[in-house]
Amino acid sequence: MGFRQHKFGSAGIGLMMGFSMSITLFFPSFDFRSGVSTWVGLDKQLSAGRLIGFSYEDPLVRGDGKPVTVILDKDPSTGAAIDPPIRAYVYKPGTPFSPGINHTDQLGLGVEELSVNVGKINDAKPGDGIVFTIVKGEFNGEELDYVENATAVRGWTVDKVLSSVGDDAKRFVGAGKTIYITEGCWWCHTLLPEETQDWQYFGTPPYLGDFNGEMPTAFGSDRKAPDILHVASRNSSREWMYMHFFNPRLVQPNSIMPRFDYLWAPIGKGPSDARDASGASIDFPKWRAEYMTYLKGDSIYPPDVPEPAADSQVRALVDWIMTSLR
Amino acid sequence: MLLKLLFAKNEDIPVGSATIFFGYSSIFWFVVGTGLGSFNAAKLAFPDWVTGTELFAFGHMRQVHVLAVILGWISMAFAMTMMYMTPSLGNTKLWSEKLGLWNVFLWNIGLSLGLLLLWMGITSGREYSDLIWPIDLVVIFGVLLPLGINVWMTIAHRKTQGIYITNWFFGSMIFLTIITVTIGQSPELFNLTGLTEAYLTFWHAHNLLGLWITPVAAAIAYYTIPKITGNPLYSHRIGHLHFWSIIAFYSTPASHHLMSAPLPEWLKSFASVEGVLILIPAVAFIANILLTMKGKWSLFVENVEIKFSVTGVLLAIPLNMQGGFQQTRAINWYVHGTGWIVAHAHLALLGMSTFLEIAAVYFGLQAMLRRKLYSLALANLHYWFVIVGFCIYWISMTIAGLIQGAGKIYEVPYIDVVIAEHPYMIARWIGGTMVFTGNTIWLYNMWMTAREGTIIPDGRYAHEMAYER
Repeated sequence: MGFRQHKFGSAGIGLMMGFSMSITLFFPSFDFRSGVSTWVGLDKQLSAGRLIGFSYEDPLVRGDGKPVTVILDKDPSTGAAIDPPIRAYVYKPGTPFSPGINHTDQLGLGVEELSVNVGKINDAKPGDGIVFTIVKGEFNGEELDYVENATAVRGWTVDKVLSSVGDDAKRFVGAGKTIYITEGCWWCHTLLPEETQDWQYFGTPPYLGDFNGEMPTAFGSDRKAPDILHVASRNSSREWMYMHFFNPRLVQPNSIMPRFDYLWAPIGKGPSDARDASGASIDFPKWRAEYMTYLKGDSIYPPDVPEPAADSQVRALVDWIMTSLR
Repeated sequence: MLLKLLFAKNEDIPVGSATIFFGYSSIFWFVVGTGLGSFNAAKLAFPDWVTGTELFAFGHMRQVHVLAVILGWISMAFAMTMMYMTPSLGNTKLWSEKLGLWNVFLWNIGLSLGLLLLWMGITSGREYSDLIWPIDLVVIFGVLLPLGINVWMTIAHRKTQGIYITNWFFGSMIFLTIITVTIGQSPELFNLTGLTEAYLTFWHAHNLLGLWITPVAAAIAYYTIPKITGNPLYSHRIGHLHFWSIIAFYSTPASHHLMSAPLPEWLKSFASVEGVLILIPAVAFIANILLTMKGKWSLFVENVEIKFSVTGVLLAIPLNMQGGFQQTRAINWYVHGTGWIVAHAHLALLGMSTFLEIAAVYFGLQAMLRRKLYSLALANLHYWFVIVGFCIYWISMTIAGLIQGAGKIYEVPYIDVVIAEHPYMIARWIGGTMVFTGNTIWLYNMWMTAREGTIIPDGRYAHEMAYER
C-alpha cells in the first residue's frame, strides 16, 4: 500500500485545474476589466437597470423595478430646445441603479473618472429618484461618453422630466428587454453579428465596451432567425412590428416565428386580459376565424391588428427594439 | 415507499434502493425531455400548431427540454450508475443508501420546481444556466454535493487496493462539475455583468459538456463493456491517458463557443488549439473500448446492453471529429450558430452519451432489482426507434445547418433560408418523435420488469440469462 493513488490523483488534478483556471479565468479577467464603456454600453445599462431576469425587484420577471428611458428634445428645466434629442434615464424612487453606478470601476478607465468627478454619480441614492444622461467629456486628450447625474448637475428631477414629455417620448426599454428574455426570443434571434460577411447584412459586430454592466448579455447561440442587433436600422416601422408580432404570417408568409398576440395584455397580465388602445377586450377566436377566411382566399384583406394599449407588453418590447437595437 | 425509506435507518434500507429510484427517475425525465423535444420540433415545422398562450410558446418550452434532458435524464442516469458501479468496483457497499435516497428526492423536487418556473418564464436568461439562482443553489447543495460525498466516501471505503478508471472519472468529474456550476452561476449570485457574464455562461456550458456529460458517459463504458463481455479492459494505461488528457486539455476551450464575440483574441486562439486536442482522449477512449470487444463482437448483435454501448462508442467517432475541427476559426465561421451545431449537440447528448447511459440503466436496474428484463423484443424495438430517430434528426439537422451556413456567407435573404430548411424541420420532428416513442416503450418495459420480470437466482447475471426462458 505504499503507492497511494488518491494522493497522486489529487495533486495532479489540482495542478492541472490550477493551470486551466489561470488560463481560462484569471488571465482573461484582466482583459475583461480593461474594457472601457462605449455610448452603447452606457445606454444599455442605464436603460435596463440593475439586471434583467430573476431579481429581488422583479421576482416574477415581468419587467418591474426598471427605469424609463425618455427622449428629450427640450430641456425640462429651461425649455431650451435640445438638438439632436438626447436620452434621459429616469429612475423613480426605489428603482435599483444599474451596475456601473453602484460599482463605478466597471465603467472603465476615463469613463469612471469623468462620471464620478464631473457627472457626480456618487451623489445619487436609489431612494431619491434620479435622472441620468450620457454626455461627452475629455479624459487625457481622449473624447469619451460618460454618465451624468442630471438631477444633481442640471436639476432635472424625475417629475419634471416625466411631465415635460408626452407618452410617445417614453420608452419602456428595461421592461421590453425583460420580455425579450422571458419569451425566449433569444433562442432563435441572436444579438451578435459575426465577424464574417454578417456585418454587411446584419450590421457591425459589437465592440469590447458595448457590454459593461449588461446582465444577461443573451447573445444567442442557435440562429434560427435573423440577427436583430441592428434591426431598427433596417426597419423602423412600429406598425410593421405590431403586425409581425400579432401574426408574423401577415407580413411574411413563410415565417416560422410564433404568434405573440398574447403580448397585447398589460405588463404582468395573461392573454385573457388583452386590450386594444381603446380599452376594448380583444376577441381572439373572432380574429382567427376572420384570418382563416383570408387564408382561404374568401376575403381580400386580413383582419386589422388591434392597436396596442400604452401599458401593453408588446409596446414595451417594441420600445426596446426601436430604442436599443439601432 | 420513497418517503418511508427516507426516514428508515441506513442499515434497514435494501441495497440498491438508490440505484433503483435514480434509474426510474432518469427514465421518466428522459420521456418528459424527449416529449418536449418532439413538441418543440413540431412548432419549428408548423409554427401555428398550438398558439394563443405563452405556456405553449416555443420560447417557454425550449429551455425546459434542454434542462430536463441534461439535469433529469443524463445527470440522473449518471447518478444511477454511480450508485451501483462505484461500490461494485471497490468491492464494497454504497457509503450511504439513505443519502442516495435523499439525493434523488431533492433532485426530483428541485428539478421539477426549476423547470416549472422556467416554463412560466421565470429565468435568468443565460443559456444552459437558465435556472434562477435559488434553484442553482439547490443544484449545487442538494444535487451535486450529496452525490459527490456518496461517491467519494464509497471510493475511500473501497476494499480493493487500486482505483479502477471508472471511479477515477466519477470521483473527479463530480468535483470538477461542482466547481463548474458554482463558478458558472457566480454572475447570478454576485451580479457579475457584461462580457464576464457572457464568457462565464459559455465557460459553464462548455465544461458541463466537456467535464461531465461526455467523460462520465465514457467512464460508464469502461465498466459495462468489460463487465458484460467478460473481457478485461484492453489497457488501463490508455484509460489513464484518456482521463488525464481530458483534465488537461478539455477544461480550457470554453471560449471556442464565442468565436465571434469581442473576447481577447489570444483566448480564442488558445481555446481553438486546445479544442483540437480533444482528439487525444477521444482516440484513446474509442480504441480502448473497441479493442476490449475483441473476440466478443457477436454480442453487438445478441446483447442489448452491448448493442447500445458499442453504438454509443461508435457515435463518439463522428462526435469528436466534428467537435475537434468545427471550433477552429476556419470552419467555425461557416457553421457557427447554424443547425450543424444543433446536430452536433444532439450527437453528443442523444448519440454518444445517451446510448452509453441507456445500456448502463438497463444493466443496473436488472442487477439491482434481481429481475430479468421483461421483454428483450421491446428492448430491441427501443434500440431501433432511438437509433433511427436519432439518425434522421442528426442528418436532417446537419443538412439544414449547411444550408444556413451557405445562406450566411453568401448573404441570402434570411427568409429564403427558412423556406429551404422547412423539409428538414419536418424530418427533425419525425426523428425526435421516434426517439420519444422508443422511450415510452422503454418506460413500459422497465415498469413491467419491476413487476413481472423473471427473478434472477443468486450467483447469476441478467445478461447470462438473456436467451433463457
